[in-house]
Amino acid sequence: MHRRALLAAAALLPAAAGAQGFAPQNPECIAPAAPGGGFDLTCRLTTRMLNELGIVAPAIRTQNMPGGIGAVAINHINAQRRADPNVIVAVSTGSWVNMAQGRFGRFGENDVRWIGTIGADFGVIAVRRDSRFATLADLVAALRADAASVPMGAGGAVGSQDWHKAALVARAAGADPRRLRYVPFEGGGQAMAALLGGHIQVFPGDASEVRGQLEAADIRLLAVLAPQRLPGAFAAVPTAREQGVEVEWPIIRGFYGPPQMPDAAYAFWVEALRRLHAHPAWAEARNGQGLFEFNLLGAEYEALAKRRTAEFRQLAREVGLVTQAP
Amino acid sequence: MEALAALGGGFAVALAPHNLALALIGCVIGTAIGVLPGIGPLNAIALLLPFCLALKLPPESALILLAAVYYGSGYGGRITAILLNMPGEPSAVLTTLDGHPLARQGRGAAALAVSGIGSFLGATLSVVLMTFLSAPLAKAAVAFSPADYVALIAFALSLLGAVSDAPAPKAWAAGCLGVLLALVGVDSGTGVERFTLGALELLGGIEFTVLAIGLFAIGEILLLAEQRVRAEAAKLGGGRSLSLSELAGCLPAMLRATGIGFVIGVLPGAGASVASALSYTAEKRLHGKEGRFGQGDLRGVAAPETADNAAQIGNLVPMLSLGIPGSGTTAVLLGALLMYSITPGPLLFEQRPEVAWGLIASMYIGNAMLLLLNLPLVGLFARLLLVPASVLYPGVLALSFAGVYAVSNSAFDLLLALGFGVLGWWLRKLGVPLVPIVLGFVLGRMLEDNLRRALSLSDGDLLALLASPVSLALWAMTALALLWPLLRRRAA
Repeated sequence: MHRRALLAAAALLPAAAGAQGFAPQNPECIAPAAPGGGFDLTCRLTTRMLNELGIVAPAIRTQNMPGGIGAVAINHINAQRRADPNVIVAVSTGSWVNMAQGRFGRFGENDVRWIGTIGADFGVIAVRRDSRFATLADLVAALRADAASVPMGAGGAVGSQDWHKAALVARAAGADPRRLRYVPFEGGGQAMAALLGGHIQVFPGDASEVRGQLEAADIRLLAVLAPQRLPGAFAAVPTAREQGVEVEWPIIRGFYGPPQMPDAAYAFWVEALRRLHAHPAWAEARNGQGLFEFNLLGAEYEALAKRRTAEFRQLAREVGLVTQAP
Repeated sequence: MEALAALGGGFAVALAPHNLALALIGCVIGTAIGVLPGIGPLNAIALLLPFCLALKLPPESALILLAAVYYGSGYGGRITAILLNMPGEPSAVLTTLDGHPLARQGRGAAALAVSGIGSFLGATLSVVLMTFLSAPLAKAAVAFSPADYVALIAFALSLLGAVSDAPAPKAWAAGCLGVLLALVGVDSGTGVERFTLGALELLGGIEFTVLAIGLFAIGEILLLAEQRVRAEAAKLGGGRSLSLSELAGCLPAMLRATGIGFVIGVLPGAGASVASALSYTAEKRLHGKEGRFGQGDLRGVAAPETADNAAQIGNLVPMLSLGIPGSGTTAVLLGALLMYSITPGPLLFEQRPEVAWGLIASMYIGNAMLLLLNLPLVGLFARLLLVPASVLYPGVLALSFAGVYAVSNSAFDLLLALGFGVLGWWLRKLGVPLVPIVLGFVLGRMLEDNLRRALSLSDGDLLALLASPVSLALWAMTALALLWPLLRRRAA
C-alpha cells in the first residue's frame, strides 16, 4: 500500500504545486449521518487531525446531514453547492452500494469529485469457537450443497454492505445469493450476540468490530476479506484468497467533493490527505477509528470508486436489488 | 469476594478528584440533554468524544464522563414529561401518564421527587447487580433468541390496551397507527422501500424524536392555544408535598421495576422503552382497583422512571463483559474505547481493570450525585411552571426544534414534526390516547424485525416461536393478559 501511495503522491506533485493558489475559507466536512455513526467519526477525527497537525489552517467544521445513508447529502451537494471549494463529504463503500442500487436518487459516482481515502476496515467471516466450520472451504462446501442451510446474520439489511460479504462468498461457492438464509440485525453488536448465543452460525462482520471477541477466543475467523493478511490479532487468520475464494471486502472510508469543485481546491484537498497519510501521528489516530492503512488519492481513488460501483451494480441487478435506474 | 477487591480498585480510580469532577460534569450535561426532547444521549456523547481526545483525557476518565452523560439522561427525561406533558426521551413517555395529572393537581414537585428517588434506586441496585453478576448475566442474555424476543414484545404489546384509560378500541387503533408509522423506510429483510413516498429523508424511517416532539409537544401546544391555556395547564402549588408513607408505598413498585428494567436492559435487543412500558403496565394491573393510575398515581411515576434507569445500567452489562453494544448509545461508548486503542471485549476486565472497574465505581458515585443534584432542585424545576405558559411551552418547543435541527440539519424533520403535531392535536380531541401510538411505533418495529429473524432462522416454521421455555412462559403470560379483562368481567 505504501508504494501505491507514493505513486499517487508523485503523480500529484504538479497539482500540489498548483494547490498553493487555494486557501480554504470556513471549510466544512459533511457527515451524512447523525452524530455517533461511522461517517460522523470519519469527519470529526480526520478534520481534527488535519487541523492539529497544521495541514489545514482554518478550523474545519463538521456538519451532520443524515438521511438515506448519504442520499440527502449527495443531493444537497448537487443541488446547492455544485462548485463549493470549501466542502468535503465523508463517504464509504456502503455509499457505493447505495449508488449502485439507485438509492441516491438520480446521482451516482459520476456526480462527485473523488478526493481520497483515509483507510479501510476489512470484512471477516466469523463463527463461534465451537463451530462446525473449521475453514472457509467447509463453509463454501456447505453453501454449495444448500445455500439455505447456514443461518447467517449481520448488522445491515439485505442489499447492504454487510449482506454483500455473505452474498459474494455464496457466489464464489456457486450458490445463489438470493437463497441465503441471511438475517438482518440492528447493528453488528446484536449480530455478534446472536452468534455467541448460537442463533446464527456465521457472522460476516468487520475486523474492527470483532477484535475483542477474537482476542478472548469466543469466536474464530474463517477468513479476512482483505488482499493480504491483517496485522496484530488478525495475523493468524488467512485471507479468503489464500483459501481459493476470490472475495475481498474492504470498507474504504474517504471523502468526495462537489462535482464542479475548482481544480485548485480539489488539488488542495488531495494534497491535504497526502500529507495526512505521510504524517507519523496519523497511524495511531487511524487505528483508533478501527481502520487499517489504505491510501488512495485523486485519480486512483476515482477509478476504484467507479470500478467498485459498477461491480455492485452488476451484483444488484443479478439478485434483483436495483430499485430504480441510476 | 474478588469483585469487592476489584471494585475497591475501581473506587480508587473513580474517587480521584479529576474523575469526580468529570462525573459531576457528565451528570449535569446528561440531565440537561435528558430534559429536552430534541437531543439524546447518543448525540451528546458523540459530540463530546472529540473533546475528550483533544483534552487528552485518559480512557477511564473519558468513559466516566461519557457514561455519566448516558445514565444522567435517564434523570432528565421526566422533568418536562411531568411538568409539561412533553417526554424528554423515549422512555419518559410512560411518565406523562400519571406524572402530568399529578402536576395538574399541583403535585408536580412530589412526582419529581418520587421519580428522582426511583431513578436513583433503580440505577444503584442495578449497578450492584452488575458488580457481582455481570459475566453470568451477559452469557444468559445472548441465549435469548429472536423467537424469545418475539414473545417478549408480544407480551408487551398485549398490555397496550391497559396502558391508557381510553376505551380499548381507541387504544388498539392508536397502537396500530404507531405500528404503521414504524413501517416507513427501507425494509431490512428485502431492501425494498416502504411508504417513503419517494422522499429520500424517509429512507431511514421516521425518527422517534420527531414523532414524540410532534405528537406530544406540538400537539399539546395546539390544544393549549385552543383552550387559551386554562383548563389543562399544570399548577405549581396547591398539592400536598410528598409524605414518607407515600414514598414507602412506592417502594415495592420501585423494586419490581428495578427487576424488570434490569433484566430487559441486559438483553441486547430490547431497551429502556420496553422496560418502562412493562413495569408501568405491571403496576397498573397489580393495583387495578385501588390505584388511581392515569389520574395521578405516584406509583405510575415511580415504576417507569425506575425501570428506565435500571435498563440503562443493564444495557452496559453486555457492553462491558462481552464487548457487545446492545444499543446505539452503548455502541458509541464502545467506539470511544476503540479510539483509545482499547479493545472492548470479554478481556476488558482483565486487560484494563482500571477502565472497567473505574467506570462501575463511578456509577455508584454518579448516581448519588444525581440524586443530590435532583432532590434539592425539585422545587426549582417545578418553579418552571411560574413561567407563563405562553412563554414556557413555545420556549421548550423552540429548544426541541433547535435540538432536532442540530442533530439532523433537516428542515424536512421539522415539517414532519409539525405534521405529527397537527395529528396529535386532532387525536387528542377525538380522545385517542397518544402513548399507545408511541409504544406501537417502538414495539412494532422490534416485533417485525424479530419475527422475521425468527422465521427466517426456522425456515418459516411457526412452531419455532414456541421452542424455548422462556418463549412458552411469555406467550402464556400474553394470553393471560389478553384474556384477563374478560375473566374479570365474568367474575364480577
